[in-house]
Amino acid sequence: MNPALQAVITIGLGVGGCLVYFYGSNLFLDKVLYPPRGPNAGRNINRANMIRPWLFLFPAIVLLGLYLAYPVVATLWLSLNKQVGTGSEFVGFANYAQMMSEEKFWESMQNNMVWLVVVPAMSTAFGLLAAQLTDRIKWGNIAKSLIFMPMAISFVGASVIWKLVYDSRDAAVAQIGALNAVWMKFEGGIWSVLFLRVLPVVLLLAFAAAVAWVAWGMVRVVLQSDRAVGGLEKLARGLGALVGLWLVYVALSWAFGAVRADLPYGVPQQFLTIPYWNNFFLMAVLIWIQTGFAMVILSAALRGVPEDTIEAAIIDGANPFQVFFKIKVPQIMGTIVVVWTTITITVLKVFDIVLAMTNGQFQTQVLANYMYDKLFRAGDWGVGSASAMVIMLLVMPILVWNVYNARKEMR
Amino acid sequence: MDNIAGTKSSLTWAVHISVVALVLMWVLPTFGLLVSSFRTGDQIVGSGWWQALSTQEQQLSPIRIEGDEVPKDGGFVIEGGLFDSAGAVISAWGTSSREPSAFAPGAVADLGEGRTLTVSEAGDYLLTSPTTLAGERLPRVFATAATPPEFTTENYNNVLFSPLAGQTIFQAFMNTATVAIPATIIPILIAAFAAYALAWMDFPGRALLIAAIVGLLVVPLQLALIPLLQFHNWIGIGKGYLGIWMAHTGFGLPLAIYLLRNYMVGLPKDIIENAKVDGATDFQIFTKIILPLSFPALASFAIFQFLWTWNDLLVALVFLGTGNDQQVLTGNLVNLMGSRGGDWEILSASAFVSIAVPLAVFFLLQRFLVRGLLAGSVK
Repeated sequence: MNPALQAVITIGLGVGGCLVYFYGSNLFLDKVLYPPRGPNAGRNINRANMIRPWLFLFPAIVLLGLYLAYPVVATLWLSLNKQVGTGSEFVGFANYAQMMSEEKFWESMQNNMVWLVVVPAMSTAFGLLAAQLTDRIKWGNIAKSLIFMPMAISFVGASVIWKLVYDSRDAAVAQIGALNAVWMKFEGGIWSVLFLRVLPVVLLLAFAAAVAWVAWGMVRVVLQSDRAVGGLEKLARGLGALVGLWLVYVALSWAFGAVRADLPYGVPQQFLTIPYWNNFFLMAVLIWIQTGFAMVILSAALRGVPEDTIEAAIIDGANPFQVFFKIKVPQIMGTIVVVWTTITITVLKVFDIVLAMTNGQFQTQVLANYMYDKLFRAGDWGVGSASAMVIMLLVMPILVWNVYNARKEMR
Repeated sequence: MDNIAGTKSSLTWAVHISVVALVLMWVLPTFGLLVSSFRTGDQIVGSGWWQALSTQEQQLSPIRIEGDEVPKDGGFVIEGGLFDSAGAVISAWGTSSREPSAFAPGAVADLGEGRTLTVSEAGDYLLTSPTTLAGERLPRVFATAATPPEFTTENYNNVLFSPLAGQTIFQAFMNTATVAIPATIIPILIAAFAAYALAWMDFPGRALLIAAIVGLLVVPLQLALIPLLQFHNWIGIGKGYLGIWMAHTGFGLPLAIYLLRNYMVGLPKDIIENAKVDGATDFQIFTKIILPLSFPALASFAIFQFLWTWNDLLVALVFLGTGNDQQVLTGNLVNLMGSRGGDWEILSASAFVSIAVPLAVFFLLQRFLVRGLLAGSVK
């Protein structure tokens, strides 16, 4: 059958089937099973009202259970088994052990950790910047709409777009990749020093200082706070401070590297094959996509900040930076956390960008692509499922946090 | 917002410049690909897209002389032009790849055996020979020329209707539409009914169900691949459209229910209670009152789901086959990146066909998209 025709029939069957089911089941309930008439009318109405919610929920529950809840259990089971011929055999944690012994897995874990720190942080930071700046100018809405646009582009489409930016040709012919064209302009003169050494060092030092300040803010509450701090919160704050400390270390070592590095001027760079740094060129693609999302949500939150708190601050003599960092940002902290966690989940599942641009070569493997490799290229369902469970495990804290918040709200 | 009491911030110009810089960073990569998709292959490799409007001086790929010989002065001559379109200006040319710029325009090259070749500045050539040239391979011309900007829609014609990675982009486009449209429509009604029950009906276990849906929102669909593929094989639908429609429906439901419930909870209580007092059943309340009032939320979800299913690669790779009548645009694009990685005229046009529909949806329906995002995440 022609797929398009099949699609039309499926839409008809799906929508029609839903309507018939809902209408029919309600009718059956009201007319046949518990009619609100006769001697038991009152009891019947009550009974019908007890059953009705489940009629409304039934198709959704079946689909959710089958397509999302059951696979979690099934994948866990698969990860504990090994395929033997056509059947399978319970092997306990052997798949996990095998996975842990693979270099590619640790490479993926390491890269994923870097992705997890860099992409949400940069997307949120750029989003916050864009939201704050565009709110203050007349053509802000057009600017917002343009920065938001990459949200609509598929990861694969974005990969093509950025592959052109990163394109590299022989030094003798014209560069058609924008990044290399800019790179070839530098030849070691005063501008090169200014842009490739001084500017990065200043930015990195500023970044290190900012992170150190935030990390100190996290610990300070525990050390000298008057209010009682719960054990879990202590742990989270300590963890945050540790990540901050690590970031300061990375930033400082990069700044040092930027001063000392011997840059290959005049040689076109294959950005996607430079070990370690190519990960950042891949991350740029996702940051480019996610910034618009962060901007839209943070912009709405910024507009929700009560005007009088800002006015009071300005009357007290705060400058625009103080207003932004001391008045606005603390008030939208909750939204920042939501944006951050949402992007974190996207990062954990990132697959298309790596597959399309490097396919995990040149040490750019990430967990989701590693899993795809194992499942569908190597055909190893045991190890593949084990790595899927690792992704699930990493998502788990966010899942618990979301459920906890949702329940708190409902009360 | 910071400028109260008429004080104008001195930083305004800095804000404008920063926003311009941000917007350029976010738009230019896409714009570059768009410009490239309208240039010819020679032009793309000749200069960066930012120089698309200027004349470019470059060594052209070798052009073989062709034409019918005409007897003249006891010998034979072949005349013709190197270029199809006027405007190119040759600055140097040659007849071998070792010396591609041996001759100035108008100079006469001696090809041996009494044969001569001359190429003018405009690309007109004249080949003379004392003996017949019939059946021989004619010489190639290596020209360095300044070519004027050239734009074409040929790339789109090419990718849409000639099979490059096994299938035409047009076919992949149809396959993608076949996946995305049912996968967008079917979950809406199922989710709407469930959301109504969760928002407006009181029953034991409601809070638990809502919590479960919030939890399922973030379950990575990576976990679902193998178990569901096994399940599809077991019920006999295997890989195909039916399977992917069901998969997308299942994966989209948590967000749909969550969005719609949040919206429906906010609807005015009076209307629903009045309707109940007037004797409306829940089914009637739902179809006559809730559904029309929830239109903005339904639209938001529909846009999300459409963008997601249209742009998806992973689910399509796993649940659909790779045959010509099943491969979707994203899958085709990944194949092209592998096999035709350097042919930017093909890649850019294909990429733009695949992102045209989402971009159109985005710009036309941005209002609903933003509203949905806000309802989904800001609480």
